[in-house]
Amino acid sequence: MTISKTEIKKIAELARLKLTTDEETHHAKTISAVLDYMNILNEVDTTGVEPTAQVTGLKNIVRYDEVKPSGLVDKLVKNMPRVERGELVVPAVLED
Amino acid sequence: MIMNLNELTLTQAQEGLRAKKFTSVELTQACFDRIKKRNKEINAFITVCDESALQEAMAADKLIASEKAQPLTGIPFAVKDAITTADVRSTGAAKILDNYVPPFEATVITKIRSQGGVLLGKNNCDAFGHGASNENSMYGPVRNPHDTSKVAGGSSGGSAAAVADHQCIYAIAEDTGGSIRQPASFCGVVGLRPSYGRNSRYGIMPMASSLDTVGPITKTVEDTAIIMEAIAGQDPKDATTVYDTVPDYSKGLTKSIEDLVVGIPKEYFDVPGMDKEVASSIEKQIEKLKKFGCKIKEVSLPYTKYSIAVYYIIVPSEDSSNLARLDGVRYGVRANEKDLFDLYAVSRAQGFPEEVKRRILIGTYALSAGYYDAYYKKAQQVRTLIKEDFEKVFEDVDVLLTPTSPFPAFGIGEKANDPLALYLADVMVSPAAVAGMPALSIPAGTTKTGLPVGVQLIGGRLQEATVLQFGYALEQESS
Repeated sequence: MTISKTEIKKIAELARLKLTTDEETHHAKTISAVLDYMNILNEVDTTGVEPTAQVTGLKNIVRYDEVKPSGLVDKLVKNMPRVERGELVVPAVLED
Repeated sequence: MIMNLNELTLTQAQEGLRAKKFTSVELTQACFDRIKKRNKEINAFITVCDESALQEAMAADKLIASEKAQPLTGIPFAVKDAITTADVRSTGAAKILDNYVPPFEATVITKIRSQGGVLLGKNNCDAFGHGASNENSMYGPVRNPHDTSKVAGGSSGGSAAAVADHQCIYAIAEDTGGSIRQPASFCGVVGLRPSYGRNSRYGIMPMASSLDTVGPITKTVEDTAIIMEAIAGQDPKDATTVYDTVPDYSKGLTKSIEDLVVGIPKEYFDVPGMDKEVASSIEKQIEKLKKFGCKIKEVSLPYTKYSIAVYYIIVPSEDSSNLARLDGVRYGVRANEKDLFDLYAVSRAQGFPEEVKRRILIGTYALSAGYYDAYYKKAQQVRTLIKEDFEKVFEDVDVLLTPTSPFPAFGIGEKANDPLALYLADVMVSPAAVAGMPALSIPAGTTKTGLPVGVQLIGGRLQEATVLQFGYALEQESS
């Protein structure tokens, strides 16, 4: 296997995904198969080949950074999972 | 025989509305009747907008009565659920957004709705576009209207099935690496992936930002041309949209294709698992083009075989980054956890299906320290070579013709336990995506058991007009 269950655990933690033990085993197996397949790219000599990030050829598209009212505040608040006095409630991050 | 209104093409619906043979309300109601009758079985819609659509249809009828109709006025359409629609629930087919009602909307949808288009509802899909069978939806798989034991394809399976089953007149979907074309071929309808940058992606749920495109799924090539004229073009809200003028696609359809050169890339015909009936359907299309006076030229795109590997490194990498925003904090479904880490990790675990988790894991791995050069950078370098393959070949040919998929629709559950096998199903659709080229899938007959086969036409960058012109010629000959 290209990738172990321990590595899957570590990646899942980085990606903020809680996995069951069964899921860890299953993903280690399926992801190893996928990564093994990716080795096909090692056949290709890419010395001196520029990477392509996107294909439009557009460069540095800019706009003015203007502050505009969105008019969306009520709708945004309505989508929040937990609201008190019109504000988003989240678990405490810092102890006082 | 009187045709049901929902079975009309966009062009026929336009004519009927303008001639006042029927109203948009009647046309919309006909689509809802069909949805009501079929949605339990086909499962093409996650959300249906009965009330708002009938109001929109009434408003459209007023526009038509006062001679203010535009091409899409009063025409009922459906939208892939991974594309946001203002004030209409948009889940992306994942439970983490089960209750999400976007306050804003995709630019392409706003363009259609500002013409008076009637939004029927939101189509089922693989969650966030992750899949090629529509089995990765958290709202159940979509069934193929031609054989309900088969998949509809994916990721835009609900959109293709809804169009094929006449539950809408047309649909707007998203194609990252085949998500419009492959389901269109499985369901026997027309689907266009435009060139990267041709249509705005503002407001779509991003999957792989360097590959995502938005395009139509329709009953005819002419319908696709009409919709492209309405939705294409530069958008200040999407910095990757190009400034090139949008051509008059529908006017160009009838131009002759005589003496034009069609490339047949040999790599697309030498694929393991290629179905014989698919191969012979494609042969028939080539024969037709010969009859039209086209020059047929065998060509080679040597880096084709690496495109799946390139695609399935770039996509999960960009996916894992894009999906980081879905954490249960500001919107969507939040798990009831007191600790912040658990809140993130459990909300995401409950709200994503298996395939979304797999892609996030692959992407996080491929982008992590020590692996970035071996995976993401390497894939981007090979991407350059795939793109150059296409650029070289389009110096000699006007269009490339290939199957859309090596096989017709497969059984539900058949590939569900083998993610790699499902990735490999994208072999014919991923190269054009990686290179940013436009590609159209149109029906090319059916197998003996009645499953549709699709033929793919790939064009040079921004050559949508050429691709549509070829598609139109082939379509006329088949009817």
